[in-house]
Amino acid sequence: MSIVGLFFYLFAFVLLASAFMVIAARNPVHSVLFLILAFVNAAGLFLILGAEFLAMILVVVYVGAVAVLFLFVVMMLDVDFAELRQGFMQYLPVGAMVGLIFLVELLLVVGAWVTAPNINAAIKAPIPPLSQATNTEAIGLVLYTTYIHYFQLAGIVLLVAMIGAIVLTLRHKPNVKRQNIAAQIARTPADSVEVRKVKSGRGL
Amino acid sequence: MIDFFWTQIFPILIIVGQSLLLLSALLIFIAYILLADRKIWAAVQMRRGPNVVGPFGLFQSFADLLKFVLKEPIIPSGANKGVFLLAPLVSCILALAAWAVIPVHPGWSIADINVGVLYIFAISSLGVYGIIMGGWASNSKYPFLSALRSAAQMVSYEVSIGFVIITVLMCVGSLNLTKIVEAQDGPLGMFQWYWLPLFPMFVIFYISALAETNRPPFDLVEAESELVAGFMVEYSSTPYLLFMLGEYVAIVTMCAMATILFLGGWLPPFAVAPFTWVPGVVWFVLKVSFMFFLFAMAKAIVPRYRYDQLMRLGWKVFLPITLFMVVVVATVLQVTGWAPK
Repeated sequence: MSIVGLFFYLFAFVLLASAFMVIAARNPVHSVLFLILAFVNAAGLFLILGAEFLAMILVVVYVGAVAVLFLFVVMMLDVDFAELRQGFMQYLPVGAMVGLIFLVELLLVVGAWVTAPNINAAIKAPIPPLSQATNTEAIGLVLYTTYIHYFQLAGIVLLVAMIGAIVLTLRHKPNVKRQNIAAQIARTPADSVEVRKVKSGRGL
Repeated sequence: MIDFFWTQIFPILIIVGQSLLLLSALLIFIAYILLADRKIWAAVQMRRGPNVVGPFGLFQSFADLLKFVLKEPIIPSGANKGVFLLAPLVSCILALAAWAVIPVHPGWSIADINVGVLYIFAISSLGVYGIIMGGWASNSKYPFLSALRSAAQMVSYEVSIGFVIITVLMCVGSLNLTKIVEAQDGPLGMFQWYWLPLFPMFVIFYISALAETNRPPFDLVEAESELVAGFMVEYSSTPYLLFMLGEYVAIVTMCAMATILFLGGWLPPFAVAPFTWVPGVVWFVLKVSFMFFLFAMAKAIVPRYRYDQLMRLGWKVFLPITLFMVVVVATVLQVTGWAPK
């Protein structure tokens, strides 16, 4: 067994263990921290596969941005753990039912999975070959040519989501004092300071 | 078995040795950067700064290290002990991990990976976790407020740093840090480095780097007049030292990033005789020190921003400008045919 194999088992074991701890941890903040550990280990697995660009993007997007917001929200929740655990037995049948249905569906999907016929050849000899293009270039070459429409569509979906979030949260409050930055910067000593000679004992 | 050792274990041992060498050099550099920070700050305010330990106070940082290590670490009774102790480790180790890919001399990087820029960007975006974890685990109001501020601040400025990096990458055509430096090599010497053609982006990168590393004038995370000392309030002794170390390593990493992206890395200012005799690593250290001098001067002369001003600068000023510049640079490269093949 090579060192790479050793690292594969390390990453895979930590990934599965931390994924389990995400649902097993009692404290939701600990759950999110375990989720982050799972993401980082998944990035490690991508690296072993040679998908360096995907690995880094996974860390930048999911760990660096999405999970931060997750943590942000979870930290501010005021959760009463005793209350959460109270109705556990009551909800267990429903939860088990949902889990079972999901498992059966997954098994059906995996059972009907047809791998592409030339996948083994493609893994052994990537197109374009590794000596000619790096990982990033290879992704760019197909993403902006063959899959350009899907790429643009994904962009539109994100744009709509962004506009939706802005529409939901933007409120115009009439009573709020706002700062006009341009007006603040445009002020000069001439129009904002007045110097007067004040006679002693008189005042203005 | 012998064969297994030479093919599998030995390369790892070499990497460990290289890492130890780099780390010790980096930590000694940090010790003097810390001293330089205090000396520059003192000089601006016409004070002497630390001058007692050793000649000119040269051993001040080592005395501070001893002091921190020998103190008693205090863990608040209400703190979440595991996360509380993990936070400074996370912040320090992540900051140090970024140096694995930074080339300080042609061929002198521990890992010369294809996605070097992206790696540093990813690692530095993880730096926020040390602060959030520390702020939350302290179970105290000031650290928590500070953690929330830092999360919002660092996520905001990462966006503009990302766009600045993209403009440089478009000019280079590679994410490899060595290739980025080599692309700036040319007959015009220092005027061919990207600081001149991409000057607005260089300025934005510098200001965003200040915000990303929580340096003044954007140190709202530890604004002592509002939050006592931010997320570090409950920390003492070695855990505090680790936070402090992580912060300064992150600052030097940002200086190194600016050096590689805009100041030509290890390249001499002009490729003529007296400059080319100096080894590349010396130029690299000089440029990083220059960037750090700019950081220290900003700390000394600029007053602290208000939080709403900080957010406005990040989202309403830098984001549109950098986005616009990405389009402009792409258009110029495409129209003039300067785009890398």
